[in-house]
Amino acid sequence: MFDGYLLSVLIWLPIVGGVLTLFAGDKMGARPVALLVSILTFAISLLLWTGFNPEGYQLQFVEKLPWIETFKINYSLGVDGISMPLLLLNTFITVLIVVAGWEVIKNKPAQYMAAFLIMEGIINGVFAAQDAILFYVFFEAMLIPMFIVIGIWGGDNRIYATMKFFLYTFFGSVFMLVSLLYMYSQAGSFEIVDLHDVKLGLVPQMLIFLSFLIAFGVKVPMWPVHTWLPDAHVQAPTGGSVILAAVMLKIGGYGFLRFSLPMVPDGSRELAWLVILMSLTAVVYIGFIALVQKDMKKLVAYSSIAHMGFVTLGFFLIYPIIANTGSHEGSLMGLQGGMVQMVSHGFISGAMFLCIGVLYDRMHTREISAYGGVSNRMPWFAFFFVLFAMANTGLPGTSGFVGEFMVILSSFKANFWIAFLGATTLILGAAYTLWLVKRVIFGAVANDNVAALQDINKRETVILAALAVMVLALGLWPEPLVNVMNDSLVHVIEQAMASKLVN
Amino acid sequence: MSMESIYLAIPLSALIGSLIAGLFGGVIGRKGAHTVTIVGVAISCILSFVVLKHVAIDGNEFYGDIYTWAQIGDTKFAVGFMIDRLTSMMMVVVTFVSLMVHIYTIGYMEDDKHNWPEDSRCGDNSYQRFFSYISLFTFSMLMLVMANNFMQLFFGWEAVGLVSYLLIGFWSTRETAIFANMKAFLVNRVGDFGFLLGIAAIWTYTGSVDYREVFERLPAISHTTISILPDQEWLLVSVIAIGLFIGAMGKSAQVPLHVWLPDSMEGPTPISALIHAATMVTAGIFMVSRMSPIFEMSDTALSMVLIVGATTAFFMGLIGIVQNDIKRVIAYSTLSQLGYMTVALGASAYSAGVFHLMTHAFFKALLFLAAGSVIIAMHHEQDIRKMGGLKKYMPITYWTSLIGSLALIGFPFFSGFFSKDLIIESVHEANIYGAHYAYWMVLLGVFVTAFYSFRMFFLVFHGEERMDEHTKSHLHEPARVVTWPLIALAVPAVLSGYLLYPMVVGDFFKGAIFVNHEAHPAMEILKEEYHGIFSFVLHGLMAPPFWLAMAGLASAWYIYLKKPAIAQWGYDTLRPLYTLLDKKYFADEFNMAVFAGGAVGLGKALWALGDRFLIDGLVVNGSAKITGLFSSVVRHVQTGYLYHYAFSIILGVLAILSWLLFGAGRI
Repeated sequence: MFDGYLLSVLIWLPIVGGVLTLFAGDKMGARPVALLVSILTFAISLLLWTGFNPEGYQLQFVEKLPWIETFKINYSLGVDGISMPLLLLNTFITVLIVVAGWEVIKNKPAQYMAAFLIMEGIINGVFAAQDAILFYVFFEAMLIPMFIVIGIWGGDNRIYATMKFFLYTFFGSVFMLVSLLYMYSQAGSFEIVDLHDVKLGLVPQMLIFLSFLIAFGVKVPMWPVHTWLPDAHVQAPTGGSVILAAVMLKIGGYGFLRFSLPMVPDGSRELAWLVILMSLTAVVYIGFIALVQKDMKKLVAYSSIAHMGFVTLGFFLIYPIIANTGSHEGSLMGLQGGMVQMVSHGFISGAMFLCIGVLYDRMHTREISAYGGVSNRMPWFAFFFVLFAMANTGLPGTSGFVGEFMVILSSFKANFWIAFLGATTLILGAAYTLWLVKRVIFGAVANDNVAALQDINKRETVILAALAVMVLALGLWPEPLVNVMNDSLVHVIEQAMASKLVN
Repeated sequence: MSMESIYLAIPLSALIGSLIAGLFGGVIGRKGAHTVTIVGVAISCILSFVVLKHVAIDGNEFYGDIYTWAQIGDTKFAVGFMIDRLTSMMMVVVTFVSLMVHIYTIGYMEDDKHNWPEDSRCGDNSYQRFFSYISLFTFSMLMLVMANNFMQLFFGWEAVGLVSYLLIGFWSTRETAIFANMKAFLVNRVGDFGFLLGIAAIWTYTGSVDYREVFERLPAISHTTISILPDQEWLLVSVIAIGLFIGAMGKSAQVPLHVWLPDSMEGPTPISALIHAATMVTAGIFMVSRMSPIFEMSDTALSMVLIVGATTAFFMGLIGIVQNDIKRVIAYSTLSQLGYMTVALGASAYSAGVFHLMTHAFFKALLFLAAGSVIIAMHHEQDIRKMGGLKKYMPITYWTSLIGSLALIGFPFFSGFFSKDLIIESVHEANIYGAHYAYWMVLLGVFVTAFYSFRMFFLVFHGEERMDEHTKSHLHEPARVVTWPLIALAVPAVLSGYLLYPMVVGDFFKGAIFVNHEAHPAMEILKEEYHGIFSFVLHGLMAPPFWLAMAGLASAWYIYLKKPAIAQWGYDTLRPLYTLLDKKYFADEFNMAVFAGGAVGLGKALWALGDRFLIDGLVVNGSAKITGLFSSVVRHVQTGYLYHYAFSIILGVLAILSWLLFGAGRI
């Protein structure tokens, strides 16, 4: 089915569906239409998984049409083992967001649903785009629905948060555009595979690397360009937080694999230490900051930054490993770990924000001190919350363990101290997560508001159960995911090791 | 049924029971929940005995993978089993004690609803949930001991930690319980931090996490050094062994990571018996024994093991003397006994350590369950100062407690006598650094053990009846589901010591435990000196440990039954020492101030200074302000008056013209 244009369907179906949802109106139609579209998109995206051939790194489901011929810009699509799982993550999470907003969003529900469907299509575009300008267009376009989501359905301080979010990410991506234009001038093409092959000198490579680092580093977000994230999360409605944490942050990590490592391998080699330093700072420094947060969403937002630190750490271990051992062996473990961590974090952070949303819908506060003893009134909610919290601490058997475990193993190969600092997440992650659990979930009923809480309803149970299944499945058997990504990641390592210097 | 499917069925039947009781507890009810979990664990237990016979008597072994968890390059992470004599012994101990605890729980948790506030829905299915947890624990512990690779070992390691967390905080409305469970998890995570680094080092240098492959490749790295601090080359195997042992220190509660175990007594008593005495806390001992090929390569690590264990054995026992909570006395006793096992490991007497692990599992589970029986009878009063004279009310509990206590202090013919004597003898023969210190610690510890054990025993069961009239009028032996497990555990608490010959002196663990006899000959010397169980006992009767134990017992009897005034006199004259012990060497205060307080303080400082002041305050909002400032200046140019614009156009034209006329010509 959809031979030759599956990716286009996955991009445009939700966008068209979003527009239809707008027309369906607030009263009745919008929600079912949105649900139908999101489920349909998810179901179709499963064809990517079933039809994907894990052998080899070549792009699959390729589509190519001329778009702006003067500049040789093409509507060029395709996925490999790296982007395909992320695209599926997006279609999966969007279904949950539509269900999560079902009764909760009272203000302009049609537009809310439409914004998320359109965003889904655009993000699918980001992962599928194989033309740098097309990628850039999707990359920027994604900001618009997110800007609207926070700006309309956000909290009291949403204007500050949206501006900060928009300017931060826009600031980052402008540098990327300059780099892409420069590489076009060298390669004569915007095709990403062509940019992978273009020869570049060391200084241009380092400058391009830095521009990518800003663009993708803001998205991940990496320390020290992370401060937009807690504000955006706190102000965003639940759905916005979920898509932001579960999917949009992954675009930053994806960018490092698709752009930085293959396009400027020598620049990456020179500046890998910087990325590793920033990643370890994210793990340790942010871990301590997460510990003292008073707002649940801020705490989980900081925890996201710390966990994403393992992604960037895992991606750039290859260079210190070569420097330390003389061979790249073991760096695949880091790349696999980083990728698994991205997918896993999509489930876990999405689940955590949904859980906070469940509480916020009932109590209208995110202050940790307003809660206490929630388990007494909401035992099933407590069950899910503790499960996801444990996944957040990287407990083996949950998906949170897999990526961190692999990255820590790999980092020992690079340097003892990298592993040492990375492994502090075992203590810090447990400290801030379990302290949150202790203050919110356990204890005696803290006040009358908590006493009045009702346990999760069927709709909420379905959402959390779906995520719980994914968290456990990926934790107990990561091999299917690892297998799909393997050849593409091996290819990234080859690219990252091949020097592109002109002379 | 093939053996492979039996191996698989052993952990899975416990898991299935747990899932049914946990997820459908409301549907199947209390009876359904305890039936399904007990049947599950009973199957595990029976099959474990089948496996023990298959392995220990028929001489079979199994090593294989069940499924590939992940394949990364050349590294295969698998879930699989390694079934040898060490594993099968552990499986029997774990499932047997677990089964006893399951049955006992029916009685202990019968009216658990009263432990919950009226408005708590957690109390609704707490009975079912408890059974689900202890079965989940059994599954996790089985996965740990049956693992054939480090990934699965770590899974089991953390999974038992999770269940321990859930069970310590089982009565989640109690502030002390939910503080204790978080503390337990975090302290264990400190240990796991070292453990994971050890595993990472193993993978880095052997390229595998599979036990067999790692052990095969060990000789190749025996002289490898790594540089962690500049200009310092450390032996790699020492780094690995110490990393692994830090993990064991967390799980097996060795100083200074012992602080969580006494607080874990906040959990219901059945799990104190199962998790915090008999099985989970011995995971560290098991792990070090399993990794004996690694530890044997590093005398540095063995010395560390020896010294840490000896310190725990003696100094934690001392604290036991001043405790008044019946469960806490036993908890400190457990710490001390874990110290004994650790000492054995350090002396390369792994088989003696594992032997003590087994005997201890039986008699300590018995002691805890007996304490639980007392607690039920006393209406959840745990202060031994308010007990006394319970002997006549609870004969079964009394006699089984006596058996447990005699086994614990190493009274001749009881199991602890054999296992503890072996440990002390092996340390005596050990030759590595720290052995001398360790010998004196474990020797003096014998007196301490006997003293605190019988102090508690006499205060609870003998002497004047200090409970109030209401309690006294209700005193009686609890139901048979409580007393039968006591009797069932009392049997191995006496008899398991007689496995001394096959398990330690014989070649039972050959192949499972590796000892470098040339470097660490202690066990070999003991084996040569062994001339049958009779002479072993005879020799024991003349050795210092026996007399120290008797002295401890006699002192406890004299001080707490004959002349209670001495106890009071002791408190008064040794006040500073008493305070030091009562405050547990101020370890909790230190940790709270330095680590907990330090981490929160650092977090606050970093947040205020780093994120809010530097990044957001100066850079982000700062550049926004500068942009704003700049634009407010520039804005004045755009006034909207046409003549201003016309004027600036003229100025511009003039400028361009003059550049063309005067500037361009010269280029």
